[in-house]
Amino acid sequence: MRDLAKEPEVARRALETMWTARRFEEAVDQLFARGLMHGTMHLSIGQEASATGTCLALQPDDLITSTHRGHSHCVAKGADLTRMMAELLAKDSGYCRGRGGSMHIADIATGNLGANGIVGGGIPIAVGAALAQKLTGSGKVVLSFFGDGAANEGAFHEAANLAAVWDLPVVFVCENNHYGMSMAADEAFAIENISARAGAYGFPGVTVDGNDLQAVYEMVTTAVERARAGRGPTLVENVTYRWKGHSKSDKNLYRTREEIAAWQERDPITRFEDVVRKAGSLTDPEITAARKAATEAVRDAIRTANAAPGAPADRDLLLDAVYAAATTGNDGVAKKGVEVPA
Amino acid sequence: MTTTTPTTSQGDVENPTDGPGPAGSPQAAPTTDGGAADGGRELTYAEAVRETLADLMDHDERVFLMGEDIGVYGGAFGVTTGLLERFGRERVRDTPISEIAIVGAGVGAALCGLRPVVELQFSDFVTCAMDQIVNQAAKIHFMLGGAAQVTLVIRAPAGSGTGAAAQHSQSLEAWFAHVPGIKVVMPATPADAAGLLRAAVDDPNPVLVLEHKLLYKQKGEVPRNHHVPLGKAEVRRRGKDLTIVATSVMVGKSLTAAEELAGEGIDVTVIDPRTITPLDEDTILTEVAATGKALLVQEAPRTAGFAAEIAARIAESDTFHTLKAPLVRLCGLDVPMAYGPELEKASVPQIPDIVAAARQLAKSGTA
Repeated sequence: MRDLAKEPEVARRALETMWTARRFEEAVDQLFARGLMHGTMHLSIGQEASATGTCLALQPDDLITSTHRGHSHCVAKGADLTRMMAELLAKDSGYCRGRGGSMHIADIATGNLGANGIVGGGIPIAVGAALAQKLTGSGKVVLSFFGDGAANEGAFHEAANLAAVWDLPVVFVCENNHYGMSMAADEAFAIENISARAGAYGFPGVTVDGNDLQAVYEMVTTAVERARAGRGPTLVENVTYRWKGHSKSDKNLYRTREEIAAWQERDPITRFEDVVRKAGSLTDPEITAARKAATEAVRDAIRTANAAPGAPADRDLLLDAVYAAATTGNDGVAKKGVEVPA
Repeated sequence: MTTTTPTTSQGDVENPTDGPGPAGSPQAAPTTDGGAADGGRELTYAEAVRETLADLMDHDERVFLMGEDIGVYGGAFGVTTGLLERFGRERVRDTPISEIAIVGAGVGAALCGLRPVVELQFSDFVTCAMDQIVNQAAKIHFMLGGAAQVTLVIRAPAGSGTGAAAQHSQSLEAWFAHVPGIKVVMPATPADAAGLLRAAVDDPNPVLVLEHKLLYKQKGEVPRNHHVPLGKAEVRRRGKDLTIVATSVMVGKSLTAAEELAGEGIDVTVIDPRTITPLDEDTILTEVAATGKALLVQEAPRTAGFAAEIAARIAESDTFHTLKAPLVRLCGLDVPMAYGPELEKASVPQIPDIVAAARQLAKSGTA
């Protein structure tokens, strides 16, 4: 297995991706706090190694489904920051033309089939996407992100079983951040590791330190290789922690400051910086430059997105947007005339 | 006065299907010689669906089927009989009993460019798959700013009349008419079962096709390669005294009632919307205005049913001024469907109920 920290370009890119996700969400947090962004958002600050390590294990044209806490998945899969920010600012230039917001960003071109506002909602969709890959022989793998909370939804269980009985090329990545809103995973599960549930469906499940970029990358790589080889799904449980509240209304009444502080000590990004430093692949100025590049990219995205016109509040446009008018297929995901073996 | 689509077998509680089991012989379909419509060819409603599925799969490799017991068993109502043998396990996929996964996998496969046609064994089971239908399939195109299409068809046998009681007999179309983003189709004849299904699979949006289980054995003429556009009502019969707007199994019942009424000198128009989303409002309003009297017939319970929507469209249009009497709704009772055959029959409009309601409406109001 390759050592990410030892390859300068990979290490730099991983750091920049994680810092970009961090800075993007910090900016979003501030924009909300200052009343410059409306609606709601769910931040994944503290979970960046899970998203980044996972996506590093994918090929560019592999597919993902994401969650309501999906900004870091978007960034790690290669989304355009400006279009992301524009969506959150309800601009016409946003990924969803201002119709979806934070919880519904999708980027079909980079293989992101979409975040999802329904806990567990994306898991069966990922299984169907994986079925399509199998039927068309595309060789692509589909990876479904979801949280600990989703593992108690029926959708997870039905989808896991279907993927198993059909040996579909799908990887289930459960980001166990310890809380489903305020519900502690300790109270919501009578098992120690959520990954144990894979055994009930007949495929491997592994639990990994989700704040360890290299460990996540290795586990997911093994799972992706297995899926691509036609040997079916794997459940990877990335144990991590969200530093911020569930959403903007969260007063953190269900956990202690000490607990949050202890996890902040285990910051996945600075931790990987230390690994890189130790590996000697990047110099300190280069590590600092990665941070700075991320900060600047986010600043540029905000500036460009903010200058764009808002989505037009035109009733006819909204009504026209409900149904697709023409059969143009889903560009970037599958080509027309795909061959389905009989 | 003309009857545009004769029905040769009236689905009714006296003539229920045998419940789960093949309807129609597997040999009768599928046929796929393509080409021009040939008159006089009769198929059952189930055969029409089966032939259309086979034809679509023959001509488009993106089309495949998923559902519970649709393979060897042929589907609970026998609709997919023979398709597994013909198209193989990859394209006729028996699933575990997992409605969330069946519909969800359909959504995912559709997002990747395929054209899944999934079967829910009974339309009542939409309840188990509601998130995937309502929050996912119906919303994705809009929510993603038009970046993706959900080319998914969900087929589901609906309605009462088989003694299957409250959890296997519902008519839930109004729920879905209330959800922007999904189209809702209710074929009332074998020809429409074929033509609307073809249009549904061709459509770039999710489409829920509510097949009525009492109609599966009904025979009728079905042109080859039949295509019926979504959103176009059919004038099944035209008369001068009053206009019946009926959906699904109530179309045939209304046509039979119309024949009886004709014997009494009451001349009735029967409109079949065929798709309730999109709704052909123009045809309904025009045909109601032409007679000035409207009788709205549905099997579903009255309260907040789709007939209420049609009533509202009439009330808020100029057609309202043409009404010579208050419009009448004839609907299922606001009760869960009962088991006993007489109880079941009493719960939904029967032909004599339609005759009586039409007779009274014909006499009421101004001439």
